[in-house]
Amino acid sequence: MELMAVNGDTAIAYAWKQVNPDVVAAYPITPQTIIVEAFSDYVADGEVDTEYVCSESEHSAMTICIGASAAGARCATATASAGLALMWEMLYVAASMRTPLVMAVANRALSGPINIHCDHSDSMGARDSGWVQLYGENVQEAYDQSIMAFRIAEHPDIQLPVMTGLDGFIITHAIENLQALPDDVVKDFVGEFKPKYPLLDVKNPVTMGPFDNFDWYFEHKYQQVEAMNRVPKVVNQVFDDFEKISGRRYNVVEPYMTDDADYVVMAIGSTAGTLKAAVDELRAEGMKAGSVKLRMFRPFPEKEILEVLDGKKAVAVMDRAISFGSSGPVFPEVRSAMLDAKDAPRVVNYIYGLGGRDVPPADIKNVFRQLAAGESEKINFMGVRV
Amino acid sequence: MKIADFVDKPQRLTSGHRLCAGCPEAIIARQVLLATDKPVVVANATGCFEVSTTVYPYTAWAVPWIHTAFENAAATVAGVESAYRVLKRTGKVTEDIRFVTFGGDGGTYDIGLQALSGAVERGHNFLYVCFNNEAYMNTGIQRSGATSLGAQTTTCPAGTCIPGKKEFPKDLTRIIIAHDIPYAAQASPHNWKDLITKAQKGFEVEGPAFINTISPCPRGWRYDSADSIQIAKLAVETCVWPLYEFENGEYELTAESKRIAEGKKEKKPVIDYLKTQGRFRHLLKEEWTPVIEDIQKNLDERWERLLKLVSL
Ligand SMILES: Cc1ncc(C[n+]2csc(CCOP(=O)(O)OP(=O)(O)O)c2C)c(N)n1
Ligand code: SF4
Repeated sequence: MELMAVNGDTAIAYAWKQVNPDVVAAYPITPQTIIVEAFSDYVADGEVDTEYVCSESEHSAMTICIGASAAGARCATATASAGLALMWEMLYVAASMRTPLVMAVANRALSGPINIHCDHSDSMGARDSGWVQLYGENVQEAYDQSIMAFRIAEHPDIQLPVMTGLDGFIITHAIENLQALPDDVVKDFVGEFKPKYPLLDVKNPVTMGPFDNFDWYFEHKYQQVEAMNRVPKVVNQVFDDFEKISGRRYNVVEPYMTDDADYVVMAIGSTAGTLKAAVDELRAEGMKAGSVKLRMFRPFPEKEILEVLDGKKAVAVMDRAISFGSSGPVFPEVRSAMLDAKDAPRVVNYIYGLGGRDVPPADIKNVFRQLAAGESEKINFMGVRV
Repeated sequence: MKIADFVDKPQRLTSGHRLCAGCPEAIIARQVLLATDKPVVVANATGCFEVSTTVYPYTAWAVPWIHTAFENAAATVAGVESAYRVLKRTGKVTEDIRFVTFGGDGGTYDIGLQALSGAVERGHNFLYVCFNNEAYMNTGIQRSGATSLGAQTTTCPAGTCIPGKKEFPKDLTRIIIAHDIPYAAQASPHNWKDLITKAQKGFEVEGPAFINTISPCPRGWRYDSADSIQIAKLAVETCVWPLYEFENGEYELTAESKRIAEGKKEKKPVIDYLKTQGRFRHLLKEEWTPVIEDIQKNLDERWERLLKLVSL
């Protein structure tokens, strides 16, 4: 294993170099740009076999990946914010055509007003498009997930695109230690891409992306449902296999000090790290605090959430995005999971960090204190001037 | 080239599609697909042709075919062709494959122009064929950037104040040529020899090729299904749709258009063409005579401009 000091974007480009995808198509957008810049260096130096297509838009980047994947190529792309929004139409096509693409999303706020900093509005907006969604906490996880994503997407039982989120600037631009795996280990781990019905098999012609009427559309959507239902099993297998080569253990839901906790706060992405630090400090003060990192948002790991949260006194779900007219997007899912609990805690929502607003540990500790004091509203807006 | 050379070739687009009777889109596609004996992969934009040839669980396609969305047929084929490049290089694909894209004028002149421009600029090796039926037919005859001045569509109807579409069509072929594309042409299904020759060149040239075909639509243009080919021919004879090609940086007129330029064939007045179609019927009223004059004047100017570009 090689120890490197890199930012999250560079770590992803490095992972891709080791995976050596057949086709990468992308379009620059902050805070993702470093990925495509770093990867183009590898292409320029002949370190990969990849056909690298500098598309004229994100819509085309996603389309090129879909076309290439349908043709039988292993593909990757990366985007953020407005770029993901421009892909929106094609995200659905990628999932329904069962093209096992891998996409890094450098999570960033959406306009307007225009803002380049971190929140999860972009990938949460793509929530219903049929992609598997994983989120990492730091540079190491961004790298590890980029490698595992190929195995998950391309698994014969799945054949669905996978999106891996990394918090814009917080992970994309911060330089951290990275334990990179050796090239041959990564190569063996991802294996060879074996497309099921490649378009370029001209001897066995297939019609891909036909017109579907009401007589079949619903069945095709149901097949996507079934594929999603198979994801947790495959993800856990891939996590097990990855632990064997890296020594690093991943889970779809990652609890911290929750066993005896009364109060639990949940988050996705880099904030999960801040949460652990806050838990440590509160434990030192005597509070029975715990936290949960949600790694996989789609499919939603309801069973695991239920197991971790049942019997707690109160739970706060932190959302770095908002569904206007409702709540944060993660909150209703957790609440709904808890309806099946014997001993359900009160579950409240904290909307935080929109547009890259800082999330200091003191604010997080405040969330725990409000939870313990029963002072939290159903929906709370952390640190906003009203 | 003799028609007998083609009759025994395998049908790549088979019978059983659901295009309207007399729709030239199938005729054009068949002519194009006859132009190469190499394996082909087809990409298609959303539109009449796509929905009619692939109603699941049926398909009229005997060759690999892909559709992803409306505005991105060129990006779709760019992806397929990129995969081909790398898989060929790494030895996973061994056949010598050709790539062809079909799109309507809506999916080419309007919403798909960006993807097409990008794919041409990047030099992907594919032939793009536009079926120009001068409107969005699949959604029920709405105007496009290719619709003629004075034509009626459901979004530019002729009223008491406005005589149908107010603008002249955009000249997409010239826009694509401005990319310095290796090969571009205008063609018409009535002259199969000319069209197939152009498609052959398009398939064989290194890099992108573009063929814009006139594709009369009995539904949208309001004429009898049997007249499609005759109307396509009239479009050429009136210089509404000049036949020409752009190759190695040079323009050249072909077929009837060349003969008209050389004075060997009569250039018919546009009224002969307008009269054949219900979409222009309102223009025959006396009050709209100036519109017909405008159309004729614009066609003459465009024709003269083209003559300056060609090396006769
Ligand atoms: C983004 C998007 N906008 C609109 C549509 C609806 N739509 C489908 S086909 C079509 C028009 C097709 O017209 P054209 O490209 O000229 O092909 P034709 O059917 O006339 O052959 C439209 C507007 C769509 N599918 N996608
Ligand atoms: S509406 Fe026009 S273009 Fe569409 S299938 Fe019918 S004839 Fe062809």
